[in-house]
Amino acid sequence: MSEKLLNLTLKVWRQRNSKDKGGFETYAMKGVSTDMSFLEMFDVLNEQLINEGKDPVAFDHDCREGICGMCSMFINGRPHGPKQAVTTCQLHMRSFNDGDTITVEPWRAKPFPVIKDLVVDRSSFDRIISAGGFISVNTGNAQDANAIPISKEDADESFAAAACIGCGACVAACKNASAMLFVSAKVSQLALLPQGQPEREQRVLNMVAQMDSEGFGSCTNTGACSAECPKEISLSNIARMNRDYFGASIAGK
Amino acid sequence: MNWFLKLMSSSLGKKYVMALTGLFLCTFLVVHMIGNLQLFKSDNGMAFNLYAVLMTTNPLIKTVSYLLYAFIVLHAIQGIRLVFQNKSSRPVQYAVYDGKSNSSWASRNMGLLGTLLLVFLVVHMSDFWWEYKFGHVPYATYATNIETGEVKFIPAPADYKQFNKIEENVISTADGQYRIVTVKNLYLEVKEGFKAIWLVALYIIAMAAVSFHLFHGFKSAFQTFGLNHSKYNGIINFIGVWGFAIAIPLAFAAMPIYFFINQ
Ligand code: SF4
Ligand code: FES
Repeated sequence: MSEKLLNLTLKVWRQRNSKDKGGFETYAMKGVSTDMSFLEMFDVLNEQLINEGKDPVAFDHDCREGICGMCSMFINGRPHGPKQAVTTCQLHMRSFNDGDTITVEPWRAKPFPVIKDLVVDRSSFDRIISAGGFISVNTGNAQDANAIPISKEDADESFAAAACIGCGACVAACKNASAMLFVSAKVSQLALLPQGQPEREQRVLNMVAQMDSEGFGSCTNTGACSAECPKEISLSNIARMNRDYFGASIAGK
Repeated sequence: MNWFLKLMSSSLGKKYVMALTGLFLCTFLVVHMIGNLQLFKSDNGMAFNLYAVLMTTNPLIKTVSYLLYAFIVLHAIQGIRLVFQNKSSRPVQYAVYDGKSNSSWASRNMGLLGTLLLVFLVVHMSDFWWEYKFGHVPYATYATNIETGEVKFIPAPADYKQFNKIEENVISTADGQYRIVTVKNLYLEVKEGFKAIWLVALYIIAMAAVSFHLFHGFKSAFQTFGLNHSKYNGIINFIGVWGFAIAIPLAFAAMPIYFFINQ
């Protein structure tokens, strides 16, 4: 695909700090290469702003290769923009047309307060993980990797759940700002493996309790999360968590 | 007990209640629809009126019906609470929100659809259920000739009243033995009611709401129970769409239309 240059209008959410009310600023972008990533376009915008002596737009990013989950941007009404199964850093400007107006907002959820501009605080996810998204191991030599047999299907499913990068797009997309897809992926990746069994019941109870106390909404099964997830985490993980939570509530120790 | 309260107050517990009550209401809808098909019989409402007696006198059916009322209330209250709780999870709204790219309209508007259905239910119950139980529904007598099976329909005088829901006896006349049955003529209420176009319109709108609500709700309940597997997702979807979102609302909507056209 040959490179083209686009003229775009950006409407970007600007908010000085968590206390500020915030609002949209409009920026005209000229000659944006279709080969740029969305974040590279923001780099160009920020150069411009710095040259003009203005405050650059704060946005989260780290790996820029779709694995860290930092680049949270709500683009034209969808997390990570119009493409399926990509993060913002993996979204290219060829997905847009010359003359487009692009609206960019931060994730919106009570448990994701805005720190500045497009940067939100996702430490609520970390607290959910701390509540149980781990395996307690005793120290000692690592076991032989093949000592515990695991079926291929379970290993694959667990791996698919473990692909979750904690980006929060599921929460951002959900009309209820529910974190069910994220939490269920973190519950499932361990529930599917033998190593996860000893703490399986306590894990799901604690992680759901933390999820609720953070103020995430509950699940209406709209499926928006999975449709927008850059790692295409399946709704079957939510079903598994629903089963596990029920079982653990009724029969758990 | 502590574990139970914890379960019920959790976000997942609330959804289990929605799914359980919702599926129960779905099964009721099937029974209600099959029973009401008797409205289409050209028998001056005999089958339908006898069915109405059965539904309000059989102790088992009566017990289940109280459970049904409780579940309707629970489903509505819990649903409304969830809508508000979920709204509070996003205090600042998006300026641009493109929901149609990732989810169905029905799934995003269950609260709205449910509210419509609640309003409809109040009108519907006060029109027929309340009228039948506490209002003044005229009586009708059906006299069946035991040999020939021929039925004579005799409307009772407007001020006629009887203590029992159904009075039955057998009499002998010159042209044979007759089984006489006198019951409330709910069929007439239905027939008269659906002469009003606004009521017909309300019923059609409500059945559209049922359709959308169950298009999402039926399959969603199974997901909430954790029943999501490629082995049976196909059949759940099929029943949800063809049964609950299409066939049942169509059958129900056909009833007011039938009476409006045949008045
Ligand atoms: S489930 Fe998907 S959308 Fe949600 S945090 Fe994980 S990777 Fe992101
Ligand atoms: S910057 Fe790491 S996923 Fe986008």
